[in-house]
Amino acid sequence: MSPSPAVQELILAVAKIALVVGALLGLFSLMTWIERRTLAFMQYRLGPNRTGPLGILQPIADGIKLFFKEEVMPAAANKWGFLAAPVVAVTTALLAVAVLPYGPPFTLPGWGVLPEWLRGRTVQIQIASIDVGLLFMFAVTALGVYGIVLAGWSANNKYALLGGLRSSAQMFSYEIALGLSWVGIIMLAGSFQIADIVNAQSGWFWRWNAFVQLPAFVVYMIAATAEVARIPFDLPEAEAELVAGFHTEYSSMRFALLQMAEYINMITVSVLATNLFLGGWHAGVPGLPSEGLLGFVWWGAKVSALLFVFIWLRGTLPRFRYDQLMHIGWKVLIPVAAVWILITATGVALAGR
Amino acid sequence: MDAILFYVFAAIAVVSAVVVIAQKNPMYSAFALIVTLCSLSVIFGLLGSPFIAVLQVIVYAGAIMVLFLFVLMLLDVKREEDSPARGGRTLRGIALALVTLLVLQAGAVLLRSERGAAASFDASTRRMAEILFSPHFLYAFEATSILILAALVGAVALAKKEL
Repeated sequence: MSPSPAVQELILAVAKIALVVGALLGLFSLMTWIERRTLAFMQYRLGPNRTGPLGILQPIADGIKLFFKEEVMPAAANKWGFLAAPVVAVTTALLAVAVLPYGPPFTLPGWGVLPEWLRGRTVQIQIASIDVGLLFMFAVTALGVYGIVLAGWSANNKYALLGGLRSSAQMFSYEIALGLSWVGIIMLAGSFQIADIVNAQSGWFWRWNAFVQLPAFVVYMIAATAEVARIPFDLPEAEAELVAGFHTEYSSMRFALLQMAEYINMITVSVLATNLFLGGWHAGVPGLPSEGLLGFVWWGAKVSALLFVFIWLRGTLPRFRYDQLMHIGWKVLIPVAAVWILITATGVALAGR
Repeated sequence: MDAILFYVFAAIAVVSAVVVIAQKNPMYSAFALIVTLCSLSVIFGLLGSPFIAVLQVIVYAGAIMVLFLFVLMLLDVKREEDSPARGGRTLRGIALALVTLLVLQAGAVLLRSERGAAASFDASTRRMAEILFSPHFLYAFEATSILILAALVGAVALAKKEL
């Protein structure tokens, strides 16, 4: 007996949500360890290497420590804002992952423990395949700033407030460049759906948008780094000036939640860059298959490489000054992206698409 | 299902809209307005136009409200002070709201014959673009964008004492 098609869809959707959110949370804790180890090696240190083999259990130890730490709320803090801020941050971070495809569509095996109706079915790990996928991403990214603003404002701490102000100014400045960098790709693919954009980049790797749309790719990578507030754009939490910026007053699990939102955002922009610019699950060489398990390998390798780049940047670059940040955002990235849109549009119009 | 979702989000939109004007703390008002705008976006989505739904969030909840919050945080307004004219202002506000409601209702009644057409209207992104860039709307659309640009330049010219 198999359930009705509507129930089947529901079960599949819930399974995908559980898988994606579970994988992201696992990857988040793993990333904290990888980042600390990698940074340590870049700085001739060892990093956390005591808990478990190579220190891989460090995130679990950290989690237990944070869980049992005392929750402190400043006496003059705005109670509701202070409690809501980490929740808003994590919710918006997790909303954004809903429209991303993770790896190629694949066919489930026709045997084994799977129920009858799932065998041989083609599925793709993407929670919601909506018509305006990329725009949805943009909308949710735009909402992401509220968690940080709320955290900075409600703590009633001048450093937190300054951090919140800086981050709202930074995020809406770089959002514009981020959105503009997608326009050329959308024009080339003729669709807002991320899966369509990935499939428009099949074939040789020089057809990837990273090469076809090189200026847009550069703008995207810089703007994305600024959006997730990583070094060299981590002014909202510049520890030398602002203690820890918007999360100065946070402790225990609420701190962990804010931290989690940041890492999930970093994973999201890496996955998005892979899908939009690096050909997603396509191998880049026509002979190599990009379906099934191999597709996941290509896709995973690209995402990992991008995540490594973010850590690498953190180990390499100093922080920008505030006026430099504004200068790059408004006077360099936005004009470059706008001119590039004009060039792409001319090309698309001349090609008669 | 759609009807249930509509009533849930319509209720959220109305309640948070009331909070926007009933709150004395401007930060709460701003956050309540964000909730209103997001619920409206869900309603647009339920009406079959994901494009407008997403634009609603990007433009209003995402861009404009961030600027509002930014200014509120810079000003650090504590609490609106009670002014003696408050009672009169409330009455005038309610009267104005009632008149607006009447006008909107009248419009809805007059347009009722076309409501069936509106329900089956294809509001996909492609269709939206075709309408906006059709000869019928193209000049108005482009003129509006130039108007907004002019307003932007004007605002900068007014705000900056020396350029």
